[in-house]
Amino acid sequence: MNDKPEPSPEDNRRLLDTLLPRKDELKARERIAIPAQPMPAQPARERVRNMSEVALGYAHDQARLEALRCLQCKNAPCVKGCPVAIDIPAFVKAIADGDTADAIAIIKRNSLLPAICGRVCPQETQCQLDCTVGKSLKDVELSVSIGRLERFAADWERESGRMLPPEVKPETGRKVAVIGSGPASLTVAADVRREGHAVTLFEAFHKPGGVMMYGIPEFRLPKAIVQLEIDTLKAMGVRIVTDYVVGRTRKLKDLLERDGFDAVFVGTGAGLPKFMNIEGENLVGVFSANEYLTRSNLMRAYDEGAADTPIRRGRHVAVLGGGNVAMDAARTAVRLGADEVHLIYRRTEKEMPARIEEVAHAKEEGIRFHLLRNVKRILGDETGRVVSVECLKYELGPPDDSGRRRPVEIPNSEYVLPMDTVVVAIGNDSNPLIPQTTPEMETNRWGNIVVNENNRTSMPGVYAGGDIVLGAATVILAMGQGRQAAAAINEQLREETKS
Amino acid sequence: MSDNRIIEKRQLADEVCEIRVEAPLIARERQPGQFVILQLDGEFGERIPLTIADADPDAGWILLVFQTVGHTTHRLAALQEGDRIAHLLGPLGTPTHIERFGSVVCVGGGIGVAPLHPIAKAMKAAGNRVTVVVGARTRDLIVMEEPMRAIADEFVLCTDDGSAGRKGLVTEPLAEICARAPKPDLAVAIGPPIMMKFCAETTRPFAVPTVVSLNTIMVDGTGMCGGCRVTVGGRTRFVCVDGPEFDGHQVDFDNMMQRLNAYKDHEQAAHERCHLDEAIARKERDHERQA
Ligand SMILES: Cc1cc2nc3c(=O)[nH]c(=O)nc-3n(C[C@H](O)[C@H](O)[C@H](O)COP(=O)(O)OP(=O)(O)OC[C@H]3O[C@@H](n4cnc5c(N)ncnc54)[C@H](O)[C@@H]3O)c2cc1C
Ligand code: FES
Repeated sequence: MNDKPEPSPEDNRRLLDTLLPRKDELKARERIAIPAQPMPAQPARERVRNMSEVALGYAHDQARLEALRCLQCKNAPCVKGCPVAIDIPAFVKAIADGDTADAIAIIKRNSLLPAICGRVCPQETQCQLDCTVGKSLKDVELSVSIGRLERFAADWERESGRMLPPEVKPETGRKVAVIGSGPASLTVAADVRREGHAVTLFEAFHKPGGVMMYGIPEFRLPKAIVQLEIDTLKAMGVRIVTDYVVGRTRKLKDLLERDGFDAVFVGTGAGLPKFMNIEGENLVGVFSANEYLTRSNLMRAYDEGAADTPIRRGRHVAVLGGGNVAMDAARTAVRLGADEVHLIYRRTEKEMPARIEEVAHAKEEGIRFHLLRNVKRILGDETGRVVSVECLKYELGPPDDSGRRRPVEIPNSEYVLPMDTVVVAIGNDSNPLIPQTTPEMETNRWGNIVVNENNRTSMPGVYAGGDIVLGAATVILAMGQGRQAAAAINEQLREETKS
Repeated sequence: MSDNRIIEKRQLADEVCEIRVEAPLIARERQPGQFVILQLDGEFGERIPLTIADADPDAGWILLVFQTVGHTTHRLAALQEGDRIAHLLGPLGTPTHIERFGSVVCVGGGIGVAPLHPIAKAMKAAGNRVTVVVGARTRDLIVMEEPMRAIADEFVLCTDDGSAGRKGLVTEPLAEICARAPKPDLAVAIGPPIMMKFCAETTRPFAVPTVVSLNTIMVDGTGMCGGCRVTVGGRTRFVCVDGPEFDGHQVDFDNMMQRLNAYKDHEQAAHERCHLDEAIARKERDHERQA
């Protein structure tokens, strides 16, 4: 991304001037010939020394050029790839036409959190996967950058100060409790409040926002953007109660039976870090990614002079895993001043679940990838501190039934890497607190809450969605589930009011 | 919700404070063995766990006893009656398993007597014969002696230096009690990790089941981060949700103590900074007074 010479703003302006007069008559060939617009970013050497956002967002002309690449396909494969079915060709066309206000209005018909999703959605496996432009150029990275355009429209709206809280219907006197404050819960709160029902949101932490606040770092998702969504809810009259852990501060059942809530939504996420159960995992200097990231993000430990919460500033850091969480942890370690950060992953880069952009950014920032490797045990000194990890090499075996080549251990391939910090980022299971303290509620064998197609649980009046239902998934899927659950809650309350 | 106001504050001993805090929701739900997490500043403050020493669900308060060991506890000690604690979360952790065991010996060391208090009270209320052993380094560091005496069927006090009660460590009377016939049905030991470790070693040969309450470093307190994890019987457990109480004979205390010291250097620095700040503030006050 950074090695190609980027066209100057003047180049872009000139190109746009030649295209705009004929913007509606452009041939597919001509559209495909428009250069894919790179995302402006902080140079790697600078950004590793700050926590500010890496991707800076398209300039206006860039956004229009990128939007002009869209072929406006009748069958719209992009829309089929979008979990919330945003009318992508329509909003992209609006950007090409210079009508950003219309673009954001179109997006918001389906998505409540475009500034967030535009930044963190795995577009290359969703809307951009089957984009005709990408297919023609035989490279998914050359698909129309739908996510960046979504972000552009959302940022434009926010920066123009036109973001008004949605209208709220007259009070109905009905009460809904929303547990957790991640994307699923924020969506339910907004959609239910809009219908005039009173909404109280309960969050265990001292700050609302869920993973978007405590997990995803500032350099990828500025906290001010998440905070704005929360402020919007407050402006709509949603009551936000922090420091309140349902199951402990109050049992879920009591919310319904004693506190007068007519319905409850559970959006408590996948907050139970997995460990590998290997030797040395409890040594001093070994962290779950959740702990490491929470200390840095939510507790602001990166701000060493100001924050009371400490964080280990390791010199040689190993991060185990290959997803977004692993990339976030590794890139945080770089910013905390590590000399070397090593990412150790059992499969190859192709299988990494992280967004392509994060992998590219991580490499630019000097993180060393050890692929087809796994940590077998963690070694410590006599004071119980980590000194090294013992790795094992893997190779790709023959394809299995699904056609995927599974990694298999190479016997006697152990070797040792000196490390003082190890961050385990191999995923999360469902947060067990509510299921444990709510025996009435049905869960599956992974501890996820079981729901029907309307996100109703086995308990009357109780709905659930997001990671607590899906297992560790994505922001957009959590939001999509929130919308469904909110529709079902609104329906329940409407029915009850009628009878 | 409630505003976490400090209703009453008392200095129990040198560096040991007791605060009664208005927290009706927590007081309503809390059970013996549970704790809270508090934070004094939602932006940059750290989150620390404190066990609930007592509570009144009708009056809506909880009692917290703490030693000023670090930056946050120092700041907490500086708050006055009427001041608010910015963030208070709870009650957290799995409550103590209370039943009629028969005879229960409760051993509290130093500040550990505070979390032991509600457990001893509940054990007594469940019909157990309760023996209480309270220990401290020296006379001035004994906390909650009176309420413990009031609960106990038998009460033993000891100090390391002999300035009050018997001279010696709590493990000595504990060993004597275990050697009696019949031996106690359960021991509960709460105090510094090293004391709990040796209490567990003391009861082990007598095969007296021994519950300990661990106070590890925590961040969220809801099972999300794993920072509080300990090794119990070879398995990793989270103190904030699986505990804080565990079978003392199974806990890997050495690993736990190493993990507790993980940020010692940082704590030290913060502590010194805090003392420096206090010194500067004092100087400034002196200046103002002179001016
Ligand atoms: C480091 C990291 C990076 C990620 N990167 C991406 C990415 O790039 N793109 C993407 O799409 N997804 C990403 N994800 C996944 C995404 O963040 C989650 O799928 C999404 O946030 C799930 O939303 P949710 O609404 O289910 O709950 P969460 O965001 O998990 O929020 C749940 C909230 O509920 C609170 N809570 C839990 N229990 C209780 C209780 N009993 N009472 C009260 N409150 C409670 C929690 O404190 C938390 O705030 C990432 C996740 C992590 C951890
Ligand atoms: S304190 Fe985070 S899991 Fe226990």
